Amino acid sequence: MLTIKNLQASIEDNQILKGLNLEIKPGEVHAIMGPNGSGKSTLANVLAGREEYEVDGGEVLFDGEDLLDMGPEDRAREGLFLAFQYPVEIPGVSNANFLKHAVNEIREHRGLEKLDAMDFLTMVKDRLKLVEMDQKFLHRSVNEGFSGGEKKRNEIFQLAVLEPKLAIMDETDSGLDIDALKIVANGINKLRGEDRSFLVITHYQRLLNYIVPDYVHVLVDGQIVESGDKSLALELEKNGYDAILERI
Amino acid sequence: MSKLDGKLAAAKDLFLKKYETFESGLNGSYNAPFNETRKSALNAFSNVGLPSNRLEDWKYTNISPLLKHDYKLSATARNLTADDLSKFLFEGLENNLMVFVNGRFNKSLSNYTVAEAGVVVDNLRHQVDSGSDVVKDHLSRHAGFEEEGFVALNTAFAHDGVFVSVPDNTEVAEPIHVLYISDSADGEFFAAPRNLIVAGKNSKVAVVESYHALRGSDHAYLNNVVTEIVAEENANVEHIKIQDEDRQAYHICRSQSHIKRDSKVTQINIDMGGRLVRNDLNMEMSDQNCEAELIGLYMGTGRQHIDNHTFIDHAMPHCLSTELYKGILGGKAQGVFNGKVMVRQDAQKTNAYQTNQALLLTDDAVINSKPELEIYADDVKCSHGATVGQLDEEALFYLRSRGIPRDKAHSLLQYAFASDVLGYIGLDNVREQLEARVVERFHTL
Amino acid sequence: MMDENEIIEERIKSDYKWGFTTDIENDTVPKGLNEDTVRLISQKKEEPEWMLEWRLEAYRHWLTMTEPKWPHVNYPDIDFQDAYYYAAPKQQKKLDSLDEVDPKLLETFDKLGISIAEQKRLTGVAVDAVMDSVSVATTFKKELAEKGIIFCSFSEAIREHPDLVRKYMGSVVPQTDNFYAALNSAVFTDGSFCYIPEGVRCPMELSTYFRINAANTGQFERTLIVAEPGSYVSYLEGCTAPMRDENQLHAAVVEIIAHKDAEVKYSTVQNWYPGDENGKGGIYNFVTKRGLCAGENAKISWTQVETGSAITWKYPSVVLQGDNSVGEFYSVALTNNFQQADTGTKMIHVGKNTRSTIISKGISAGRSNNSYRGLVKVVKGASNARNFSQCDSLLIGDRCGAHTFPYLEIADSSAKVEHEATTSKIGEDQLFYCNQRGLDTEAAIGIIVNGYCKEVFRELPMEFAVEAQKLLAISLEGSVG
Repeated sequence: MLTIKNLQASIEDNQILKGLNLEIKPGEVHAIMGPNGSGKSTLANVLAGREEYEVDGGEVLFDGEDLLDMGPEDRAREGLFLAFQYPVEIPGVSNANFLKHAVNEIREHRGLEKLDAMDFLTMVKDRLKLVEMDQKFLHRSVNEGFSGGEKKRNEIFQLAVLEPKLAIMDETDSGLDIDALKIVANGINKLRGEDRSFLVITHYQRLLNYIVPDYVHVLVDGQIVESGDKSLALELEKNGYDAILERI
Repeated sequence: MSKLDGKLAAAKDLFLKKYETFESGLNGSYNAPFNETRKSALNAFSNVGLPSNRLEDWKYTNISPLLKHDYKLSATARNLTADDLSKFLFEGLENNLMVFVNGRFNKSLSNYTVAEAGVVVDNLRHQVDSGSDVVKDHLSRHAGFEEEGFVALNTAFAHDGVFVSVPDNTEVAEPIHVLYISDSADGEFFAAPRNLIVAGKNSKVAVVESYHALRGSDHAYLNNVVTEIVAEENANVEHIKIQDEDRQAYHICRSQSHIKRDSKVTQINIDMGGRLVRNDLNMEMSDQNCEAELIGLYMGTGRQHIDNHTFIDHAMPHCLSTELYKGILGGKAQGVFNGKVMVRQDAQKTNAYQTNQALLLTDDAVINSKPELEIYADDVKCSHGATVGQLDEEALFYLRSRGIPRDKAHSLLQYAFASDVLGYIGLDNVREQLEARVVERFHTL
Repeated sequence: MMDENEIIEERIKSDYKWGFTTDIENDTVPKGLNEDTVRLISQKKEEPEWMLEWRLEAYRHWLTMTEPKWPHVNYPDIDFQDAYYYAAPKQQKKLDSLDEVDPKLLETFDKLGISIAEQKRLTGVAVDAVMDSVSVATTFKKELAEKGIIFCSFSEAIREHPDLVRKYMGSVVPQTDNFYAALNSAVFTDGSFCYIPEGVRCPMELSTYFRINAANTGQFERTLIVAEPGSYVSYLEGCTAPMRDENQLHAAVVEIIAHKDAEVKYSTVQNWYPGDENGKGGIYNFVTKRGLCAGENAKISWTQVETGSAITWKYPSVVLQGDNSVGEFYSVALTNNFQQADTGTKMIHVGKNTRSTIISKGISAGRSNNSYRGLVKVVKGASNARNFSQCDSLLIGDRCGAHTFPYLEIADSSAKVEHEATTSKIGEDQLFYCNQRGLDTEAAIGIIVNGYCKEVFRELPMEFAVEAQKLLAISLEGSVG
């Protein structure tokens, strides 16, 4: 589903990703861990197409197509979803209105009928339950005045509504208390499926207690230095990054 | 022609007539280049005259009270001793003192010793006479007079003022205190103080400029001030002006700051005195990464009229301006605040914040406020806020219920309102002494 | 809920879609302006002598006045002798019902999306349509009459309700008020009149559509709304004009009187032709709108969405004379290409415990200039006056200008006045967030702008709100580089 080959990227002339390789197949959950500044968020932003990041080399194929060639909205329409580390506030635009636009753009791209107001509401109300949120939430402006936990839950809710093929979770767990973390993880687990893959970027192992990954990768200085299964995460938790760095 | 137009024209003619006398009084002591400037300024003054309140910039200030006097161009002051000055001095700044009496430099009362090499603190007239390059490069190069009657008038009649020049890479440790004393016992007079402050690259300097009157100054007088400030690259200038003129005095002041790359100018203006006061404070940010702080507090009572016009001109990208103006008006005082922030097309990434607040203490006090934003660049963050209100009755009641008498509660709350303005003063001892004077003033409002 | 997808589709068509002209025979008076023009207009309208006198007074005063130059707008001098001051669709006889209206006229209004016949049948909005200064059809008159509400053309009001017209016309905006109000008072040709009797709540929205059709004409209409004690009315106004290369002048006057406990809501969607993308043509919209809260607890609320006109110059104002009266101003002004707008409001606090609210949202794109100019005045003795103003500007592109000129004149110590203004652009991170959810940049700007204007749209009646959103989207077309 996603193939990253020798990806190199920089921001403001600082090279961050230095030849990253990764293969994600349908239905798989991959976790990427790494110390601060190793390039985790850069990877998420480059995949989503944020313009400040310059791709200096390598290629990324998404379902066989050149992802780097597409604008951010086309990537979204093709089924790539980024749960933002810092979700953006859009004053005056209600969640419902925002999502209705997004859903219909994506449906149109997939050759589906646009949803009318009633069908849309039925669908979103159903998905709200997944993140244990109240309906009032639909009428609030996108992320405006939300607590940190609400913002993160809103990202999962949007994920549920937009039904992507690949969801990239950029430090979705940071700043959450344990209850909120459980709700978020629960939402993600319910959304796992044969056709949906996840790339979970995190700094802490604790999220992986709730979302059990098929693969864990360690990112250091812009490269994946080690890959393994969930036991690698536990080892990291126990011995820290230094131990791994020493080993390699 | 309206009545005011007639008066304005008559006053203009009077000044034009007096110029000859003034010029002959110069005794050829001013060197040629600046005399040429005087003549162009006189010419400009003859063209534009004095401002009428039909001009948008003078909408709320009618200068006609100022026009009804026959000002002498020089007035004799009483013989002053150091004791007479003591209440105007700042503890700790007594040895960095430049004194001007009725616009004339008084050498015997002044007391300035230069600690840092190359720093020049002098009276401007002396610098003009000795053909200083700094004068040539900067005097009247920043405060344009072509369209501004009062600036033209000052430039033509400029007699003396302070001159501060700080060389590159020099930090002046002690602030300089410039004291303007007015004594109109002898009769109505006109003075045109002219100041020039030039801070070289990577330099730092602080100047405190204060205007006071001697007791028993029975007549009106007009102080028409122009101050030019230049901050070269990466310089830091703090300019504090305290205006505590006589209640019969007219004080018209223009200050023009020219701010270059990476430099910062802070201006703090405290207005307490004057019958009719008009300040035009302009800050021109001519290069990238400059910072301007324009901070003011004005207090009026009786029939005082205090008008503050500020203009911050963002011409280049990545500059920051912060403006905070507060006014407290009692009696039948009138306050005017017009703060204009201009962001020109090239000034991307500008941050400009302006706040102005006024407290009206009596039913007869009036405030006219006009904060303006004029913006031609799109990647900017600009905001302004203006409020007009009165002391919070709830808070007053609360204080009184804790045993604090009414008038004390009043000044406490006024102090609370004004304190953040004074907080911008970086010089600790000046700030503390000024605070005490301001609090004292609250009791009279 | 409004369907914003439609808006996005509309975007693809980038022309001013109201830019057609209708081929209707016009009855005009000769070009130019003098006392005879004024007399001729009055005569054509078969007006009584007092009306003519009133016009002439205005005209004579106008001659002594000069055009105001203080607005932040630029335009070449207007030659007032080079315009027609009267252009009426030629009608053979007086009409008794809609069925007799020239079908071409009805077709015009159909194209405008305000089919009168349709409106009459379906929506329950009473419409008075004014084309080139003459009122051509008023619907629902009978139904309104049953409640004692008068809603008719201004000409008809002069004929049928002269006492009311004489009592109120010019009482809020005097003939001599300003240059364009004086001009309007001299040469106005029609407009709407609305009278709500004591205690009556008008059961439907009243609506006027204005259209300039003929070439070289100025449109000078007057609207007069009188709300007797305890009454309520919501009034809508919409405007369009054909595309023409030369500039046309629209100088209207709107007066509102709200008596004790009365409430008037006045909403405008102004979409006069703005000129083409090079700044050629377009309407000069120089309008005087003012309401008087004459009695206690009266309330006047102005809501405007301004997307059209080459130049807009208007300040819908409220004089808060009655104690406890309330004035509101909600505005969205969008300028694109070479449009210039200098608009805002005046809130004059005179009575005690009066309150006013100002919410202004300016959006500048292209090479346009958009200024907010507003006055909050609290006179001495207007105790406990309260005002809150919020003026936000949004810049799209780096060649436009956004300016704020608030005037606060406060002469009462018990007043509380607060003014806030911000200027910003649409954040890159907001656009990226929308992109990441599948919206392209233009659609993202559309919804962000609509969100930004929400506080104002909320004040509009539903059908107007939808129209306003569409208009905004269309007006922003091509503004994204």
